[in-house]
Amino acid sequence: MIKNIKLQLNHQEIELYVHPLKRLLDVLREDCGLLGSKEGCGEGECGACSVFVDGELVNSCLFPVGKAENKQVLTIEGFRDTVRYDVLRESFEEAGAVQCGFCSPGMMMAAEGLLRRHPHPAEQQIREGISGNLCRCTGYNMIIDAVMLASKRGDGLW
Amino acid sequence: MKTDISAPVKRDDVADKLAGLTCYIGDMRNEDMLYAKTLRSKEARAKIASIEYPVMPEGYFIVGKNDIPGRNRVKLLLEDWPFFAEDVVNYIGEPIALIVGSDKAVIQELIAATKVIYQKLEPILSIDDSGLLPIYGETNSFADYSFGKGDIDKVKRIAKYIYEGTYETGYQEQFYLEPQGVIAEFKEGKATIYGSLQCPYYIKNAVIDCLGISSDRVRIVQATTGGAFGGKEDYPSLLAGQAACAALKANKPVCLLLERNEDIECTTKRHPSRIRLTSYVDEGFKLIGLEADIVIDAGAYAGLSGVVLQRAMFAAAGVYNVENLRVHGKAIATNKVVSGAFRGFGSPQAFFAIEMHMEHAAKEMGVDPMEFKLQNVVKKWDKSTTGGIFRDKNLLPEMVQRVTEMSGFAEKKQTSKKPRNDNKRRGIGLSMFLHGCGFTGNGERDHIKAHVKLAKNSRDEVEILISNVEMGQGINTTMKKIAANALEIPIERVIFINPDTDRVPDSGPTVASRTIVVVGRLVYEAAIELKEKWQVGAVQEAECSYQYPEGYEWDNDSLSGDAYTNYSWGVNAVEVELDTLTFESKIIGVWAVFDIGKSIDDRIVKGQIDGGIVQGLGYASMEVMENQQGRFKQRSSTDYIIPTAMDIPIIQSELMCQPYSGGPFGAKGLGELTLVGSPIAYALAIEDAIDAGINSIPVRPELLMEVMADDKKY
Ligand code: FES
Ligand code: FES
Repeated sequence: MIKNIKLQLNHQEIELYVHPLKRLLDVLREDCGLLGSKEGCGEGECGACSVFVDGELVNSCLFPVGKAENKQVLTIEGFRDTVRYDVLRESFEEAGAVQCGFCSPGMMMAAEGLLRRHPHPAEQQIREGISGNLCRCTGYNMIIDAVMLASKRGDGLW
Repeated sequence: MKTDISAPVKRDDVADKLAGLTCYIGDMRNEDMLYAKTLRSKEARAKIASIEYPVMPEGYFIVGKNDIPGRNRVKLLLEDWPFFAEDVVNYIGEPIALIVGSDKAVIQELIAATKVIYQKLEPILSIDDSGLLPIYGETNSFADYSFGKGDIDKVKRIAKYIYEGTYETGYQEQFYLEPQGVIAEFKEGKATIYGSLQCPYYIKNAVIDCLGISSDRVRIVQATTGGAFGGKEDYPSLLAGQAACAALKANKPVCLLLERNEDIECTTKRHPSRIRLTSYVDEGFKLIGLEADIVIDAGAYAGLSGVVLQRAMFAAAGVYNVENLRVHGKAIATNKVVSGAFRGFGSPQAFFAIEMHMEHAAKEMGVDPMEFKLQNVVKKWDKSTTGGIFRDKNLLPEMVQRVTEMSGFAEKKQTSKKPRNDNKRRGIGLSMFLHGCGFTGNGERDHIKAHVKLAKNSRDEVEILISNVEMGQGINTTMKKIAANALEIPIERVIFINPDTDRVPDSGPTVASRTIVVVGRLVYEAAIELKEKWQVGAVQEAECSYQYPEGYEWDNDSLSGDAYTNYSWGVNAVEVELDTLTFESKIIGVWAVFDIGKSIDDRIVKGQIDGGIVQGLGYASMEVMENQQGRFKQRSSTDYIIPTAMDIPIIQSELMCQPYSGGPFGAKGLGELTLVGSPIAYALAIEDAIDAGINSIPVRPELLMEVMADDKKY
């Protein structure tokens, strides 16, 4: 039951001809050639595939593309052109929040989602905010420092 | 430029990683690439009577044991592990064949439609199963070693206290965030394999054997690797061989990527262990003798079990000086997934046993555990378990002092004893440990023989040519720092590219906490040589090969001498709060001091410390993986739980360093050390909270219930 699906991908109107049950992650990676969202588990456990759909952070590996119809999808490829991204990037670099990097694009999306909700988060709020994103390398604390730093440095941006 | 080598510099891999621009193996695209999926055994042990495949559509292929032009054995220590099962299968998940084609969904259907007819055999499911047909040799063990020193029989007669205990540790899954994968292609008679991997030359050798072709016709290129932790030391050799055979048969590039749950269920894990210790102590509370019997569950094939076992055995006495010692170890074959490398490599198991043992022995004798331990700690010029010499000053007593201050240990020990009027109890524990850096025994000298090269171009940029890989641990930064510092040039003029065996010499695998201490040293020496002959604008090279340091000795037959040339040290404290109704526990604080000789980059070092400690805490607490009838109960990312940001407190860590003259700038190994101590400190903290002995990890609520119901406390 392949059909036409229209959505906004990174601020651009696109039209896809796909099965509405195809995972958004596969659509992004295979049909749109956007490889920044990663598949770490395919079961909604790791958050490496995190994207925004109408401003809400979702695991694109569990999200059928049909549900994104007529909605706004923002991936790391769209987010990385923003000022907020730059502030987060600098903070992640400075805090040493990246090792192997496989969790990192998803972690950036989670950090953005968190800062949208809580522009000045407390430590515990950050822990909760990124608790859907697994990182096996860093032990998380340097990521938490990074988000803290970004919230200070980007004061007023969120 | 000559700078403070420890001062953090910017990692130049980070911007692309954050932006999603880094190309991992799953991001590589090739027009006519085919995909492969694995047909796997559903039985723990069986003869394959027959396999009924559906008709393959045009462009789809079956690749199995008969498609291997060379030898159907993965080249590791022993020669028993097939790329594809032959007549028998030995574990659930063992690869039987690949099905290859352009559409993954079609491949899945073809696999589902394939019928394997098994004749079941009685599987060996535990290290205690006996009387069954051996999987390997006559005794069913892949390795069986003994060594000792002094006179243990005499000690048995004169000891005032004798204390015995048995300690068990479970499986642990590496859970690198990026699942395993390789892409193989064949062009003009040459196989090229791209992959997420730690050891390019291990794979090259395995593929040479598998295809039966000459060395110049196999090339391995590392793709940026999304975490490994030992899990990509052995298994990628198997995947690479399989994919290479598929590419040969299909005459197209073939991509073999594992899915997460397939990776959890079928690839190597940390060895479960059972360690029995008997210690002999004199009236002055000196540890005068120790007997250790170590059994590790190796799974269906030998893999790296022999060397994992050796590392565990050499660590049997922990950080303690014991003059009379007898150690026996066995790696037993079972019809389960092959156990393999995981950060620490046998050492976390052995340290858990000895640290818990020392604590329990002290409590039994009625002395303070910390005093008892410190009294028996090795000192400079003491001998190691294998009779090697500790040549450098050991800072452990100062490190313990510092960790107790940082954590408020004494005070917390007191409060944990005070009754509370809620159902919470607190506890704190402290561990002391070391890690021998570099390969065990004669590995570096006789097997690896590392070789490095620096190549300077006419723009006076210097490329580091080594076979060690960046996998998150930061070596593309630390190696560049070492070279830049020695050459006295800006780091921007040093180049490090993911290794390609057609370009880099064999500097050995990225394992055993050897990259900085061994390979980094060679890079340093080559840089010094290059600096001396430096000619502006000239194309120049400098090379350096590993030399076994003078004054060290190792005998591999008797397992005696210097098992390692240098040791890193650590002290960890962990505080927990336990709910006595639910038996759930929460980690309240973690404090750590490490001696790594010299930090090559403080920020990268902290990343290793935090990451290793958290993996260790997972190992001791929530990372439960049980095997039932040959099948893992926790075989998906939903069931196998690793720590999230919610499970971890702030980790306070410091360095206290005794430089090693054989390492670059005095640096020793770091990566594995960081995982060894936190599981122990966690278990001791729980023990402190419940005032009863813990003898196994992971410490699950069910285990605690049992322990607390038991009258015998330690
Ligand atoms: S890949 Fe989507 S949550 Fe892990
Ligand atoms: S940096 Fe490797 S998983 Fe997070």
